[in-house]
Amino acid sequence: MASHHRLDVSKVGGVSVVRFVDRRILDASNIEELGDELFALVEADHLKNLLLNFTGVEFLSSAALNKLIILDKKVKSSGGKLVLCDLRQEIKEVFAITRLDQLFSISNSEQEGLAAF
Amino acid sequence: MSHDWICSKEWKTPSDTGDARQILDEILTNLGENGWGEEHTFGIHLAVEEALMNAIKHGNQRNPEKFVTVEFHFNAKILQIVIEDEGDGFNPNDVPDPTLEENLELPSGRGLMLMKTFMTTVEYNEKGNRVFMEKDLDAPPPEDDDDDDDDDEYL
Repeated sequence: MASHHRLDVSKVGGVSVVRFVDRRILDASNIEELGDELFALVEADHLKNLLLNFTGVEFLSSAALNKLIILDKKVKSSGGKLVLCDLRQEIKEVFAITRLDQLFSISNSEQEGLAAF
Repeated sequence: MSHDWICSKEWKTPSDTGDARQILDEILTNLGENGWGEEHTFGIHLAVEEALMNAIKHGNQRNPEKFVTVEFHFNAKILQIVIEDEGDGFNPNDVPDPTLEENLELPSGRGLMLMKTFMTTVEYNEKGNRVFMEKDLDAPPPEDDDDDDDDDEYL
């Protein structure tokens, strides 16, 4: 498995649960590294079912949204599924404003997210 | 229009995201220490972050010899921030609406939209390399434009 500095990955059944190390997912130096690590989950580790758990994430920028959109395409083209869970209210609002809540499957909790697979 | 600012600052910084982060943190700390609650600073954080990154990445193309200037003023009710880069500018009207069905999967265009959503006013100069943003806590909340009449939002 590729090494991860920005992510914490664990397996629950056939689903890979991914947590973020950073509280603020910004468009600074870490966003490119974060994107590379997310994409490697699909392209290097060949994981299909990803549950991104946003517990502890206080902020994210449009650059992070763009990485998630690209990740979603990669997951879909590999025949897998991407679900997001545990987004704080303000971040949920960002997804709603940008209408990305229509593109992504978003669950309120990790348990609910796991049940979505 | 004159305002009695309780804080006014100005920075000139190289096109470096780390330096921009420090400016952003200083702005947020100043606001927090002067009664601006998290219910406002989340959106301000997002808008200023997007504007700074636009200036560094798209405006100055991360050229370390080009600078970004930031002017920042606020009082208890109004915040104004001006961010200018040394790039060629852009026409914000050319940015496609990322919420249209056909653009939903495009990984671009959301920064400007978030700036407009969370600030009361977002205005670019004619060249498109200088943005003025204002947050007025007394301004009425934006209307819910979830109807079909929002197609001209970015035209």
